[in-house]
This record gives sequence, C-alpha cells and structure tokens, in this order.
Amino acid sequence: MDNIAGQKSGLMWAVHLSVLALVLLWLFPTVGLFVSSFRTADQIATTGWWKALTAAEQNLLIRAADPDDEGVQQQVDGVWTISGNLFEEDGRPPATLSVWGTSSREIDAYTAGETADLGDGEQITVEANGDYVLTAQEQMSGRGQRVFLTAVIAPEFTLENYQNMLFDPKNVDGMSRAFFNTLTVTIPATVIPILIAAFAAYALAWMEFPGRALLIAAVVALLVVPLQLALIPLLKFHNGIGIGKGYMGVWLAHTGFGLPLAIYLLRNYMVGLPRDIIENAKVDGASDFQIFTKIVLPLSFPALASFAIFQFLWTWNDLLVAKVFLIDATGRTSVMTNQIVELLGTRGGNWEILATAAFVSIAVPLLVFFVMQRYLVRGLLAGSVKGG
Amino acid sequence: MAQVHLRDVVKKYGAIQVVHGIDLEIQDNEFVVLVGPSGCGKSTTLRMIAGLEDISGGEITIGDRVVNDLPPRHRNISMVFQNYALYPHMTVRENLGFSLKIAKRPQDEIDRAVDEAAGILSLAEYLDRKPGELSGGQRQRVAMGRAIVRHPEVFLFDEPLSNLDAKLRTQMRTEIKKLHQKVKSTIVYVTHDQVEAMTLADRIVIMRDGHIEQVGTPLDVFESPANTFVATFIGSPPMNLLRGRITGDTISLTDGPLISLPPQFASNVADGQDVILGFRADNLMPVGHAMPMEGAYAEFKMTVNLSEPLGTETLLFGALAGKEVQAKMLNPRPLQNGEQLQFQLDLTRCHLFDAQTEQSLR
Repeated sequence: MDNIAGQKSGLMWAVHLSVLALVLLWLFPTVGLFVSSFRTADQIATTGWWKALTAAEQNLLIRAADPDDEGVQQQVDGVWTISGNLFEEDGRPPATLSVWGTSSREIDAYTAGETADLGDGEQITVEANGDYVLTAQEQMSGRGQRVFLTAVIAPEFTLENYQNMLFDPKNVDGMSRAFFNTLTVTIPATVIPILIAAFAAYALAWMEFPGRALLIAAVVALLVVPLQLALIPLLKFHNGIGIGKGYMGVWLAHTGFGLPLAIYLLRNYMVGLPRDIIENAKVDGASDFQIFTKIVLPLSFPALASFAIFQFLWTWNDLLVAKVFLIDATGRTSVMTNQIVELLGTRGGNWEILATAAFVSIAVPLLVFFVMQRYLVRGLLAGSVKGG
Repeated sequence: MAQVHLRDVVKKYGAIQVVHGIDLEIQDNEFVVLVGPSGCGKSTTLRMIAGLEDISGGEITIGDRVVNDLPPRHRNISMVFQNYALYPHMTVRENLGFSLKIAKRPQDEIDRAVDEAAGILSLAEYLDRKPGELSGGQRQRVAMGRAIVRHPEVFLFDEPLSNLDAKLRTQMRTEIKKLHQKVKSTIVYVTHDQVEAMTLADRIVIMRDGHIEQVGTPLDVFESPANTFVATFIGSPPMNLLRGRITGDTISLTDGPLISLPPQFASNVADGQDVILGFRADNLMPVGHAMPMEGAYAEFKMTVNLSEPLGTETLLFGALAGKEVQAKMLNPRPLQNGEQLQFQLDLTRCHLFDAQTEQSLR
C-alpha cells in the first residue's frame, strides 16, 4: 500500500516538476521580450529586463537650454545667465546625479555642486538634483551646452517603441504593413483548407464509394512528404498558370500543404462520431449534405477548432512559404517574419526595435492560444475520450 | 396502411451469407418482434428494412412500394436505436423536430407535432434540455418521441431497452406497448430478450443463423414450438429435452425410465423412432406439490440436487436420464439437497421432436 502510494506521489512530483520546467522555459523569453519592448535603448543597454522594476544608474547626455531661444538668456548683474533643470530639459522625472562632465572623454570629471570652467569666461554649475546655472561674460550663441551625467534613474516604461514601430507612417522599418500582410495571408490560408478538408473528411469517413480506402492511404502518405520538395515545381506551376508571386499563390500553397493533416485529423474525428446518430439522421430523412451541415459539422467543432489553431499558428509563423510564393522584389507584400529577418540585418543593434517587432509578431498567436486553448486540448484528445 | 413484406431476402458480406432467404409478411398495425441469439441476423434484417444495409437478394416492400433501392429517407420509416442516437448538440425540442425541419414543414406544424409527442411521452418539462442532461429512461423516451413525430408508416426498434436497468426496462416495455395502442402503426421490434418478445409482440419471429425458425403468436411459440431451438429459446427456464426411443406406446428414455407415449403424438410416430421428449419445468412437479393432473401423466422418482426458492414456488434441479432436469414445486417446503421425491409429468403438455431433424412431431 505504502509502495503504491509512494510510486504515485513520485510520479506526480516528476510531472509537476516537468510542468514547472516547461512553464519557466516558455515564460522566461516571452516575458523578457514583453518587458524589453517597453524599455528605452539606454535602459536595455545598461541593465537586463529583469531589473526593469528597480532604479538603476545610467549615463545620460543632456543638453542645457538653447541660448538662441527667446527668453532663455537673461542678464543678471551684467552676467549672461542660463538656468534650469537638466532632467526637466530632457523631459524626465526628478532624479539624483552623482558625477558629471562636459566632455565625452571625461564624463565623471566633476561631482554634484562643483563648477566647471568652459573657457572664454563661461562657467557651469550642476547640482545633485539637476539644477544648473550657466554663466558667461558675453552673450552666448550656438547649441545648448552638453552635459554628460551619471544618475540613478527610477524605473520607467515607454510606449514609444510601439508608437514608433506600429503607428509611425514615416518609419520604413515599421511593422504595421507587415502585420496586415500577415493577416491577409493567414486568415484565408486557415479558412480555405478547413472548408475543403471538412467536406473531404466527411466523405472519407461516412460515404461509401469505391477507392475510399486508397484515398485515405494517399492522404496519410502525403502527410510525410516534406513541403520543400514541392517548392520549386509549385512555383514554376504558379508562374506557368499566371498566378505568379502574390497572395493567391501563398493561399493555394498553404492550402495544399495544410490539407493532408487537416483531412487526416478531421476524418479521424468524424469517423469516431457514433454511427447510430448518423444512421438515425438518414432515417429521419436527411441527405448527406444535411447530415454534414446539421449533425457532423457541429459535433466536429472541437476538431475543426483545433486544426484551425494549428494552421493559423503555422501560417502566421511561416517564413519559407511566404518567401517563395509571396514576397517579390518590391517588398510591398513582406510579412512579419520576413520583416523581422530584415530588421535583424539592418537594425541588429537596436534591441528595443527587435524586441518590439518580435512581440508584435507573437502577440496574436499568444492571444489565439489563450482564447482557444481548451479546444486545442480537446481536439488533440479527439477520439481517445468518449464524451457524454 | 403499411404492410411490410420480405420475399426471399438475402444478405451477404462478401462470401459470408448472414441472412438466408427470409420470407415474412407483416400486417398493417401489427407489432412483430424479431428475436434470437446474437448473430442470428435479426438486426441485419431490421437494418435492411430501414435501408441502412443493402439487400443482396430478394425483395422488400413497404405498403405497395418495392423499397430495395430506396435510401432510408424515402421509405417513410422511423427507427429507434439501442444507444438512443440523440443529437447531442440539440435540445430535446430540436431533436424531436429534426425530421420535420429537414422535410421543410412549417414551424407551427413542427411545434404542434413536437408538443403532441412530448405530451404522449410526458417529456413536456424537458423540452429545452440537452440529451446529456437527461436520465437513461428520459433519453429513451426522446428517441421514441423522435420516431413518432413523423407519423411514419413503420416503426423500427433495434434493441431499444437493452441499455436500461432491469426496473426501467420493465417500465419502458409497458410504455412501448401503450404507445402502440395510442399510435396505431406497424412496428418491427428487434430484441434478444425473449421476455420482451413475449410481452410485446402480436407475432414473434424467432431467428437463428439467418433463418426464420418459427413465426407465431407468443402463445403459439410457447405452447407449440416448431423445433427444439424454439423450445429452449422461448420460456424461462428453458424446456427440458431428453433423448429416447419409441417402443410400442412408450418412450424409453436413454438411461432413464419408461414413459408412456403422450396421446396427442400417438399417430405421428413410428415404432423404433429416435425422438426427443420436451417438457417445461411447470409440467414436472413433485406429488403433493403439483397442480392436479387432468389428463394422462407419468410418475417416476427423481433425486433433487439443488433447489432455488422463488417464493410462491421453488425451482428444483434433478437428474433424469443422465441429464439435468428442472422441475417446479408449488406450495414449497424446505428441501434437503439429495432428497428423493416422487414426480408427476403432465403428458398432455409434453412435446416430441424428431431426434435427427429436431423438428416437432406434432
């Protein structure tokens, strides 16, 4: 008795631990991307995303007010003076600085409260809270004085990355067009195969016709054909019949590549529906088409949903098929996966851009997964558990 | 107006023949029960009448139409399945109205038919539930209701009660009988339970291995079984069968007593013929615990090896002519196992079968 109980709890621990490991494995990069996409380039450069919620020391470059702006310079006791707060000039919340400098070679030349001599009678004093006073014997001109400072900055999150990547029409690296291109590929590429496969699966499961077993065998055989095999002949074919590269081509390709799995999955589910129900519908006067639409389709919803999720995720994340059948030299039909590949090349150092782009592209799959997960599980278990 | 006629109906699955040329005439409004052990072809026959199985040979007519090549939906039949076969995604109301909706009848007619059926089967309060929320008996009633809303020419029942527990089965059996009286219609009912067959049927069709063994009213098949198979299949406990040989006007049971030849068979047997004597437990009773025997009877001693008290009577297991024999004891008293009693056998209620053909010698 003890032995059995012990085995059971041991197994349970193993299950729990592996679930925990899987959750962490999944959560760690996802949350990392999510947090990073709300941080500025400076923050990403100085600290990891896991420190996003704590204050951190940062090196900043802030310019004092521009002396050419009206009302900035004032003559006090015969001395031209510019005063203000560096953090305010930069549009930041109040912070505390420790050291500062006026040259990029020596950013820690002075401590807070010290006065630096800039030559030509110009002097600048910077306090710990960022207040500065810039004085000169003659009227100042040119750009605002640069101040390098090291300060402890409170945690801060910004929507600027998203603003930049999604809503800035001038940004050539923006994701918004790619996002809609991906949607344009994905939705028909999910709906079309389901429509075709549902009809085919019903026929293969419930209609008697010669050669049915051979057809099923052929579908199963097609499951193991790698799609790379078909890329070039199919593209040649598309060019031959005048579709060329474009949405029509990629829809057809995704449909073709998705159909074997779709038919196989749906047929196996439908064949498990109770025979009595379908025979009863026949006796009740329903034609095959009515049985399909009124009985089989509603009862197959879990399997339909589960395949829809699969196909949606796979077409959403697809790069290969899109590259071959969709994206032409103009790049106007670039999908998100391709856009990210290009960003990696051109903006490889701008992690805030990459993180944002990546998170934009995984947001929809995440949403789909969380909304539809119960159908995913139910569809995968299809046939193994007899439902009431 | 729906007679069902089967003429020389044959069913083959590849080389295997499961129904061997069945002839059967079912009258209008008749309740016919097909009964037999599993694998006897009774369900296959029913499914051929429904159109769910192709007919390999012969002819089936419903009313005046030959339906051999008609799909089920054109046969104007309803079928009740063993597993209810309710549509799980529809409410009871939708289940009941499905066939009418398919036939594109107007909505008010559908509502009327559904309400009528729900009234007959007292389902009114469950109309908006899904089948998953109903008990077994309620589901069975929905399945029957679904059959009656269409007012079909023929009802087909395929072992409809075998998934219910014993108590509910008895109850639903009565309901089916009442239903037949309310909704005058032809019913073909398949079961393997001979009690169901006896209680429900106007006529019983007993099948074995794809052949019809006997067709008759319940009393007919009980009182004059056509052969030893029917004799053992109908009635509980099964009929006792003992081998013997005719010698003059007695039957000499193999390794058993001499028993005088039942008078009703006297002219049908020849001297020296090998026969099988059949009698039911009800007709073999210990002296003093028996009904008074009015006609000819035989008397012999038998040892009781086992007894099963049933209350008003006790079932006795003894050995006669080297075989186990069941007898009944009225006004029972406690018995010791191994006790020897004097038994009386009512010869007027005995049956004789030919030992070779196993057919009745009546």
